[in-house]
Amino acid sequence: MTDATLSFEEAMEKYDPVLGFEVHVELNTKTKMFSSAPNVFGDEPNTNVNEVDLGMPGVLPVVNKTAIESSIKIGLALNCKIAETCRFARKNYFYPDTPKNFQTSQYDEPIAYDGYLDIELSDGTVFRVEIERAHMEEDAGKLTHMGGAAGRIQGADYSLVDYNRSGVPLVEIVTKPIEGAGSRAPELAKAYVAAVREIVKNLGVSDAKMERGNVRCDANVSLRPHGRERFGIRSETKNVNSLRAVEHAVRYEIQRHAAVLESGQPVIQETRHWHEDTRSTTSGRPKSDADDYRYFPEPDLVPIVASREWVEELRATLPEPPAARRKRLQADWGYSDLEFRDVVNAGVMDEIEETIAAGATATVARKWWMGEIVGRAKNADVDPGQLGVAPATIVELNQMVEDGKINNKMASEVLDGVLAGEGTPAEIVEKRGLAVVSDDGPLLEAIDAVLAAQPGVADKIRAGKLQAIGAIVGGVMKATRGQADAGRVKELILERLGVEG
Amino acid sequence: MAAINRDDVAHLARLAHIEMSAEELDRMAGELAVIVDSVKSVSEAAGDDVPATSHPIPLTNVFREDVVGHTFTAEQALSGAPDAYEGRFKVPAILDED
Repeated sequence: MTDATLSFEEAMEKYDPVLGFEVHVELNTKTKMFSSAPNVFGDEPNTNVNEVDLGMPGVLPVVNKTAIESSIKIGLALNCKIAETCRFARKNYFYPDTPKNFQTSQYDEPIAYDGYLDIELSDGTVFRVEIERAHMEEDAGKLTHMGGAAGRIQGADYSLVDYNRSGVPLVEIVTKPIEGAGSRAPELAKAYVAAVREIVKNLGVSDAKMERGNVRCDANVSLRPHGRERFGIRSETKNVNSLRAVEHAVRYEIQRHAAVLESGQPVIQETRHWHEDTRSTTSGRPKSDADDYRYFPEPDLVPIVASREWVEELRATLPEPPAARRKRLQADWGYSDLEFRDVVNAGVMDEIEETIAAGATATVARKWWMGEIVGRAKNADVDPGQLGVAPATIVELNQMVEDGKINNKMASEVLDGVLAGEGTPAEIVEKRGLAVVSDDGPLLEAIDAVLAAQPGVADKIRAGKLQAIGAIVGGVMKATRGQADAGRVKELILERLGVEG
Repeated sequence: MAAINRDDVAHLARLAHIEMSAEELDRMAGELAVIVDSVKSVSEAAGDDVPATSHPIPLTNVFREDVVGHTFTAEQALSGAPDAYEGRFKVPAILDED
C-alpha cells in the first residue's frame, strides 16, 4: 500500500516542519559495555558472548571504564554538561533481541545533557541544533526473520538470533525539537547526522561506519501550519542508515504528513520503517500502552561519579573539533570560501590533506581531486576516497608533468590506467608509449608552421600582447596531437619571435 | 502515592507476560495495595533532605579495564537454548512488535 504524498514545495507552502533525531553511536571499545567479551563486528554468530551478554541468572555486569570515558568525550564534543553523578536503569520489555528482558540504559540521569552542535549547510549557513542529552546504553542482539517475505517480519515463520552485538556500548544522542529549518529540513537532517558521525570518528571513539550500523539514526518529523506554536503529531522513522537515506526519509515524511493533514485526518503517532528501494516509509507499530518500560535504577551497577578533575583530564585529550579543523585547513591551503566549500561538499577534504602530506602543493592536490577524481567517482557511483587513487600516485603524476615528461592530458590518461589496474604511473607511461615531444626540432617545425598560418597573432605577441600566445600553443598542441610539453612550446615561441617571456 | 487498583494489576500482568485469573487479580490488587502503603509510610518517614536510595552500599565507579576476557563457543552459548539453527537461537516470529 502506498501512502499519498504532497509535493515537497506544496508541503512547505502550507506547513512548517519540526524535526528531532536520536542517533545511536556504537563505541569501538575492545570489549562490551558490561562484559569482557570482545566487541567485534562480523564474527561467527554467538561466539563473542559470555554469561553476562546472554543474561544468565546470577551474573554481575561490570562497567567498562573506557566506554564511560568515550561517552564523556562525546558529551564534551557536543558542548554538553557532564553529570556529576549518574546511574544506569533497566528498560523492561520482552523481545528476543535481549535475552535479559531488559536493556541496561540510562533514564532520568544521562551522563551528558544540554549541549548544542553548530551545523554548516552546503551554502555556508550555520544552523544550531540543541542537544537534549547523550546517554549510555547497550546494543541489542541481531534478529534475522526467516520465511515469509525475505528478511521482513511480516509473514516470517521464525527468527534467528545472534547475540554478538548484545552488550556493545552505545551512546544515544537526542536532540531537542529542531524548529525553523523550513525547506532546508532534509538537508539539515543529513548535515546533522554527518556532523555527529564526523565528531565521533574524529574523537576515535567509534568506527563510525553507517553501513555497519556503527551510527544509526531515528528521525522524528512533525508538521504544523505556519505561525502555530504547538507541535503537530510526529512519526519516528527507524534505522535510517545512510546519510542519503536520512535526507530522503525526512523529505518523504514531510510530504506524507502534509498529504494526511490536507485530507483532514490526524497524523498517527507511530514508528515508520524506511525502505531504500522504494524511498518511502511504511507503517510500523503505533504507540501503545506496551511502551511502558517501567524504568528503575539498575541494582547491579553502582552510580557513576564523574569528578570535575576527570572530566577536565578527558577534555584535555580531545582532538581539534572538525569545524575548527576545517577553518585551519582552509587558511593553511589558501583556498577561497567557495573553493573550500566545494572541496568539503565533494567529500575530498581528508584526501586533499593526505595528498598534501604526501608532498603535493595545496593547488595541485585540489586540481587533481576536484578536476580529475571527483568526476570519475561520480561516474562510478562511489565516494571519491573509495575510487582507489593513492596520494602518492597524484604526487608522482604531478612530478612527471612538472618535469615535462608528460602533459596534463596524458596525465589524465595515465590516471585512467592506474585505476584500471595497469600499474604505477611510470609503468603506464612506459607501456603506452606516452611521452611529450621533447626534441626541439619537430616542435620548432610545428611552431613555424602555426606562426606562418597566423601572422596577425605573431605580430600581437611581438607587440607584447603575451596572452595571445595561447592560440599558437593550441595550434602546436593540435599539430603534435597533444604530445608536446606546453611549457616548452611557449618558451620556444617566445624565442622564435625574439620576445622576452 | 496512589493506591494500586485492579486495572493497574491487570496492566502490569500483561506487561510482565503473566497470565492471571479474575480471582488472582482481585487478591493481588489487595496484596500490592498493602505493599504500596508500606512504601508510602517509609516515604513519609524520610524527610526531603534524604535522597532516594537506589543502592544501599555507598559505592561508586566500580569499573573494569577494557581488556578482553573469556567467551563462550557458539555450542556453549546455545547449550541451554530451547531451539537453535546454524549457530543461532531460533525463536518464534513475534509479529505484534518490531
